[in-house]
Amino acid sequence: MAMRIVAETARLMGATQLIPIESAHIDGALYHGDSGTLFAERLVAGGAKVAVRSTLNVGAIDLTGCSRNRLPEHERGMASRMMKAYRELGCEQTWTCAPYQAGHRPRFGAQVAWGESNAVAFCNSVLGARTNRYGDFLDIACAIAGRAPDYGLHRTENRRATVVFDVSQIDQSFLYSEMAWPILGHLYGRLIGEAVGVVSGVNFRPWEDILKAFGAAAASAGSVGLFHVAGATPEASEEAIARHFREPDERIIVTPEMVRDAQGRLSTTDRVDRIDAVAIGSPHLSLEEFDVLRRLLGGRKLAVPIYACTGRHVVKVLERDGHRQQLEDLGLVIVADTCVVVTPILPENPGAVLMTNSGKFAHYAPANTGYSVLYGSMADCVESAITGKPVFGVPS
Amino acid sequence: MTPLPCEVLLPGAGVKARGFALTAPISFWGGVDPKTGTVADLRHPEHGTNIAGLALMIPATVGSCSGAAILLELVHAGRAPAAVILHEPDAILLLGLIVAKEMGWQTPIALRLDRNQFAALHGQPLEIDEAGLVRSA
Repeated sequence: MAMRIVAETARLMGATQLIPIESAHIDGALYHGDSGTLFAERLVAGGAKVAVRSTLNVGAIDLTGCSRNRLPEHERGMASRMMKAYRELGCEQTWTCAPYQAGHRPRFGAQVAWGESNAVAFCNSVLGARTNRYGDFLDIACAIAGRAPDYGLHRTENRRATVVFDVSQIDQSFLYSEMAWPILGHLYGRLIGEAVGVVSGVNFRPWEDILKAFGAAAASAGSVGLFHVAGATPEASEEAIARHFREPDERIIVTPEMVRDAQGRLSTTDRVDRIDAVAIGSPHLSLEEFDVLRRLLGGRKLAVPIYACTGRHVVKVLERDGHRQQLEDLGLVIVADTCVVVTPILPENPGAVLMTNSGKFAHYAPANTGYSVLYGSMADCVESAITGKPVFGVPS
Repeated sequence: MTPLPCEVLLPGAGVKARGFALTAPISFWGGVDPKTGTVADLRHPEHGTNIAGLALMIPATVGSCSGAAILLELVHAGRAPAAVILHEPDAILLLGLIVAKEMGWQTPIALRLDRNQFAALHGQPLEIDEAGLVRSA
């Protein structure tokens, strides 16, 4: 069945051959309804096993017990059966949307089959491995078959930047902030859609967590599977190299007005009297981001909870260092193995406002949680959670 | 209208259904309620429309890789579009139909049609045959 699915997809997409893959990241173990569970159990019943290293993206249940969700009994049972089925297929229990920070980093140029839009963007762009945007079912089918259809971003000619996204008009000190990159990513995703682009005009080497935030925002606002940053990402040591020395189809000069407009679009409310919760960690927080969070908190108690989503690979270290307990004592809720926009963790609260520093949470929270969204920096989010009111422009 | 031949991306039974063209790209995950088939994305121009039973024309998809799971769930729940008409083949979305077929569930036909032709079919009662010929019902 897995090979038939891979072959049928190859036919549809015009691929003339299948290529061997080195690893997979599986987004299919998140419960969206009973059908996905039935599919996974059909694979298990047929005796299928993954043929390559396969990490798992988030599920619908926090198996670490850090957080609780409000899934009704039937859904909880089916979600749990689904997670079990993927274990039985031989996948690693990573349960994170940042597998690349949990020890799964394909080498430069490796052919892989990765799912989850932010993980795909990171894998292609920051690691220089080669994957298409694998959706549910095809990811596990490729992992079992050990092969993927040879088209799209697996092929060198399709990795060429055809659009230049020039941010040289934007203040470098703004670019150097964590807050800028989800905004730029959102703008990039909306403007560039499914094309491959190169960001030029950044005068420093962006660190990993801001590239992660950029990719996540870009991939939720558009169908971005690969982006380049001139001077920073592995296929773009210079802008011209990312363009394969050809002229771009389009050069987008990003203006401060465009950035302000994109920032405005990330929020869906302008209410300023109170917030009901803060959510951070989409993609899952790294240890470095937890360090920043703890520094910003400075041991102060929260008025409204911060839901901090991360992987069990990070929780293990937080527990070892005694930080999990300290953070929870302040009123922070650690969410592992899952996140607040894929399963009902936030209390049901009509009219409630969620503040976030994540372009991806900002994009999905209104439809998936019913909360309106306010976008701010990590420092703004922390200060707002302490006061219970939105605070902006907090120095980080 | 003149009968319009479309490329069949994935086979399915012929149907009669109302044509409905989405005017903006959509992410099925987070954009469509898998239980009901209602467009749930507040930022989408067709927010609130129920896509179940329509000959749905999709100009492009965006965002999440979980679109296939939502489409599979819609098929399983009996809330899928009657036909899925795409500007170009989309591996993420069509996987939902490929898997539905593997599971032995009845799946809507998927066709390819240039998005410039969508407006002419929008709101029309359509008849689509197994070979991909689209005409007024």
